Amino acid sequence: MNEKTMLDDQHYENMIAEESVCNAENLVYEKPSKVLYDTPMHYCPGCGHGVVHRLLAEVIEELGITSDIIGVAPVGCSVLAYNYLNIDMSEAAHGRASAVATGIKRVLPEKYVFSYQGDGDLAAIGTGETIHTCNRGENILILFINNGIYGMTGGQMAPTTLPNMKSTTSPFGRDVETMGSPLKITELVAQLPGTYYVTRQSVHKPVNVRKTKKAILKAFEYQKLKKGTCFIEVVSNCPSNWKMNPVESNKWLDENMLPFYPLGDIKVPDKNLQTDD
Amino acid sequence: MKELKLMKGNEALAEAAIRAGCDAYFGYPITPQSEVLEYLSREANSRTGMTVLQAESEIASINMVYGAAGTGKRVMTSSSSPGMSLMQEGISYIACAELPCLLVNVNRGGPGLGTIQPGQSDYFQSVKGGGHGDYKLIVLAPSTVQEMSDFVGLSFDLAFKYRNPVLILTDGALGQMMEKVELQPQKTRHFEDLGWTTTGRKNGNGRVITSLHLKADEMEILNNHLQAKYREIEKNEIRFEATDCDDADYIITAFGLVARICQKAAEMARAKGIKVGVFRPISLFPFPYAQLKEYAGKVKGILDVEMNAGQMVEDVRLSVEGAVPVYFHGRMGGVVPSPEEVLEKLEEKFAGGVK
Repeated sequence: MNEKTMLDDQHYENMIAEESVCNAENLVYEKPSKVLYDTPMHYCPGCGHGVVHRLLAEVIEELGITSDIIGVAPVGCSVLAYNYLNIDMSEAAHGRASAVATGIKRVLPEKYVFSYQGDGDLAAIGTGETIHTCNRGENILILFINNGIYGMTGGQMAPTTLPNMKSTTSPFGRDVETMGSPLKITELVAQLPGTYYVTRQSVHKPVNVRKTKKAILKAFEYQKLKKGTCFIEVVSNCPSNWKMNPVESNKWLDENMLPFYPLGDIKVPDKNLQTDD
Repeated sequence: MKELKLMKGNEALAEAAIRAGCDAYFGYPITPQSEVLEYLSREANSRTGMTVLQAESEIASINMVYGAAGTGKRVMTSSSSPGMSLMQEGISYIACAELPCLLVNVNRGGPGLGTIQPGQSDYFQSVKGGGHGDYKLIVLAPSTVQEMSDFVGLSFDLAFKYRNPVLILTDGALGQMMEKVELQPQKTRHFEDLGWTTTGRKNGNGRVITSLHLKADEMEILNNHLQAKYREIEKNEIRFEATDCDDADYIITAFGLVARICQKAAEMARAKGIKVGVFRPISLFPFPYAQLKEYAGKVKGILDVEMNAGQMVEDVRLSVEGAVPVYFHGRMGGVVPSPEEVLEKLEEKFAGGVK
């Protein structure tokens, strides 16, 4: 421990000792300790998954539904989501999370159910399950993390990889002539009568983190009312496979991902309830 | 009072599912088993509140089964050969995560799209682990419409006893044919927390249903546990039927519908003075190796008859261990062998013994 850190710690302890700081009204940050495990992080520095996991945990704790929710983890980097979220969870085969969630919800209709899926999982191998789950209007939340790349397998081209974007399987950039264009599956599912609330958010800036949390909260409220499928896309980053540092990756996301995947509500039941305020 | 009804095999199975207190069925239409989905769609929900959902594919069906089975409910699906092939990935996950459920394969002739006529060509897929990894299903093979009905409740009991998927392997002929069936009484649907089920967190610790264990030594521990369970199943759950085998000079081995055809052939042989018995494995996994071996020691030869190119015959030979000759007669592509044909083969193979 260097001298500077020791000084910082001393300063922190002094602060805690002062009663004025410890007053409830001064609380600006609290860990959702009932839902988040205290566990070492396996996600890469700067990855959006950690933020979204945390938001989920906060919402679950705030709604007091810890004992009434079952989550479904996908195949991909977030396959180990259950190592962070202290709730009942089921791990699904690649692409099948929404079918697994359907099975759970159909036999436990009074419980909250969500699937947490990446772009390869949801929009490539699991496209059929995604579309039909949304079309049946299953009363679940589908939380879709789109970082335009296969993270866990090491940076291959995803269905959502941008045109000309390089990946290990599009080393010269995605050629839309031969590899197809990125799939805007969120716009696609918004067309289906079964979806009730479809929105695209991000977690690359504090304001967006707050909006994403609000969207998750809203989705569970709609689920309670049995309104149909809620679908939240979170445009996210992959610093390791984009080969950028976290700050660069967020800047790149802003400049490249968001023009193609514009943020905002795509389908809302009531104009007054929009997340974009 | 007995409740007797004339029913198609597929419908008797569906009716039995309702009566066994099944909570949910997820399926996809495919000939020759669509009657299961149709019957349940018509009957189940209004009678017991059972969930019946037509999925978008067999892949979705089996993953819905995975999800629902993880909650500890009594869940099932059914399909026929090409559909079962699509389900193999999901079945591997279910076996690894140790989820109890009932699977039904109304086997049709293959390979490929094949035919909609009956077949037994999915024996290997069913018994040897059709998907990836080392796993076993408990496999039961009915030979009558009555057994199509009776094996449903039994399968659920076994599935929950061992936390293992159970497969009823039947064929297109049994699925479609009508026979008298005595129905089981209606059981009430019930649910209990089995300690591993994911129905919402209890006592402060979330439960996880998964087949992922990234560390090799942990995965091996799980594999060892599964194998120990399969050995336990082999010890306790052998089922077979031996008809006229005690004084037989020759034994025919066959499963499912073919065993009934062979019983007719055996009767015809006995009328001609050839002492033939029929040994019918009912549990295909666990296979009655020791029981068959015992009979094999007392006869001069065995004829194995199947509706495939020779699949169960490998297990028959493993039982017999070369003690007596084992011959095979098979029909493929949906062709059902006749009793006359089986008798002819019997006389042909064991001609020396007959004279």
